[in-house]
Amino acid sequence: MTHVMEAKNATIQFGGLKAVDSVDMYIDEGEIVALIGPNGAGKTTFFNLLTGIYEPTDGDVFFDGVSVVGEKPHVIAKRGISRTFQNIRLFGALTALENVMVGRHLRTSAGALAAMFRLPAQRREEQMIQIDAERWLEFVGLSHLANEVANNLPYGAQRRLEIARALATDPKLICLDEPAAGMNPHETEELNKLIGRIRDLGVTVFLIEHDMKVVMEIAERIYVLDFGKLIAQGTPDEIQHDPAVIEAYLGLGAEALMARNLDETKTEQALEFAEEQAPLMTEADEAAEGEWEVFDGENA
Amino acid sequence: MSAKEKLTSMITSEGADSLSVPKARPMLEGLKTMSLLKKIGLGLLILAIFLAPIFFQGFGHIFLIRIFAVIGLYILLALGLNIVVGYAGMLDFGRIAFYAVGAYTAMWVGVPIARALGEVLGGWSYFAALPLGGLAACLVALILGLPVMRLRGDYLTIVTLGFAEIVRICLANNIFGLTNGAKGLPRLGDSLGEPPGLQWLKYNTFFRLGNNFEFQFTSNIYWYFVIFILVILSIIIIRNLDNSRLGRSWAAVREDEVAAQAMGINTAKAKMYAFVIGAFFGGIAGVTFSYFQAYVSPGSFTFLESALVLAIVVIGGMGSIPGVLVGALAIQGIPEFIRGFASAGWFGNLPAEAISAISNYRYLVFGALMVFMMAVRPQGLIPSSRRSRELHATGSDAVRESTTLEDERNKVGETYHTQL
Repeated sequence: MTHVMEAKNATIQFGGLKAVDSVDMYIDEGEIVALIGPNGAGKTTFFNLLTGIYEPTDGDVFFDGVSVVGEKPHVIAKRGISRTFQNIRLFGALTALENVMVGRHLRTSAGALAAMFRLPAQRREEQMIQIDAERWLEFVGLSHLANEVANNLPYGAQRRLEIARALATDPKLICLDEPAAGMNPHETEELNKLIGRIRDLGVTVFLIEHDMKVVMEIAERIYVLDFGKLIAQGTPDEIQHDPAVIEAYLGLGAEALMARNLDETKTEQALEFAEEQAPLMTEADEAAEGEWEVFDGENA
Repeated sequence: MSAKEKLTSMITSEGADSLSVPKARPMLEGLKTMSLLKKIGLGLLILAIFLAPIFFQGFGHIFLIRIFAVIGLYILLALGLNIVVGYAGMLDFGRIAFYAVGAYTAMWVGVPIARALGEVLGGWSYFAALPLGGLAACLVALILGLPVMRLRGDYLTIVTLGFAEIVRICLANNIFGLTNGAKGLPRLGDSLGEPPGLQWLKYNTFFRLGNNFEFQFTSNIYWYFVIFILVILSIIIIRNLDNSRLGRSWAAVREDEVAAQAMGINTAKAKMYAFVIGAFFGGIAGVTFSYFQAYVSPGSFTFLESALVLAIVVIGGMGSIPGVLVGALAIQGIPEFIRGFASAGWFGNLPAEAISAISNYRYLVFGALMVFMMAVRPQGLIPSSRRSRELHATGSDAVRESTTLEDERNKVGETYHTQL
């Protein structure tokens, strides 16, 4: 069976920097797979490789057994990969509904002349586009904000709207780039449920996430990137105990400190120390305090 | 089974009636949602503008008919540019090139046809030249666009600016011996046929009310009506485009090109559509201009004209059709009105020098007006509904309600529960 997505030795180099370095990875149909790693590890760059924004300098990325290398982003979208963005990229001046309607673009076909003269087929199609868009809004729970301009929506709603827009393209694989960033715990919980429901639709989910609560709860398999290299892969349980991962996140020696089962205050000191040692992880990691809780919980 | 089909089956299993009954469509603003009173008002306004030349002529202000016809041509040009600038978000400084292409095509195609048809039927050649001029402009836009549409932002502006100048200079240099250089077309002895309906109207449409009101059909009035109808048809077509799949793809490209690509929009193609369709309206405006004037010369296609058309779109409000109408009235109309009324003696007996000074200094006033507008009202006189919605940063009641965390939670919770 071919994997939905498979990367073989995928590499991209910007000048002297290998942002993604010989990454081998696969995703099977119906899975929820997470890609984690400290900031700057190359996660979003890998998404950009997959969705055609960048072209790998070496290696290959396959979707449904066929390479996506060299394809334009809109062609890849048509083949069935859809995505959201780390820094929300909605069409700000359009309403929520219109944003999702844009997502239906590649599954519809009315041309310029049909639109100019509003031919019957075009009208029917427009109606279908709108009905579909309304359904997707309902699916992510934004029906009540359908006619609001995207820029005016609350933050969490903007994130969900991006997901609705991506789903409207009828993807096989949806790539979510930090969907939980900036969300409060309640919103995060709803997001978890939403991702589960997306998978129930038969869409394979591939997500980048810093919020370990989300990752550990919903991901079936996890890949960990650090400085562009794949340092670990496995189930959430395996990843939590992987020495390489702990080192990447917490710095050298953190594992040993934690393994010694220190009392709480000392663990905290160790964590603070670790944070200093790993200056790359800031903002988003701090926002996702949850991950420390997970590690604490395992060792307390 | 695709995700969409699954979603459909999920929802239909909850209640099939949610499928068959399409919801209200508040996003498609405009005529459908307009109140009856507004509809009647709009209808009366359109009728009044349509019949205006009768009164202009009846009350002896014939110059107004010509001014309004010219304003109409600029509306057509600006409507075309509005697709490129307002909808697709590309800055085009060379709109007048397509106007020139349309106008010269009309001369090359229209004059021979007019001569072949003879004096009585020659006017019909306009209706052959109209689509041909439009298509010629489209073709030129296509050829120009092929290399340029892949570029972003400023490059397009520079290319269009240069292209318009190249076109003008080619015309002035009598390229291929076709344009008669700076002397313009048609050459001596050639002429465009008089519109066929016009001859009949000229001799039969004449009436007098009292001692002062006298109306007779003239060539200017004929072209006024033709331009009026063209403007109305163009507005309908462009509105349809804006509310379509293609219009949304333009908006998406304008708002965020990367996201548009990720949503499966071929951005180069979408921009090309905007550029070519925009050029079509420039082309038909050019055809009409050449028939209206019965003469074209490179002097009509200077950079200043491109800048004026762009000013119409920007001052009116980018992406807004009412904005284009008001912008054209302000940019092209006001100076002409002032000059016309001054010549007609409305401001006392001004000497001829003063009148020409008014028309010469009008661009100075424009410059100041543009700066003032950009400082005070950058969204334009009548901003498009989308842009004005965006500028109201506080958002509507629904947003404000749901911004409160509790409300948001409840609403989300509700929706999820009904869903699951």
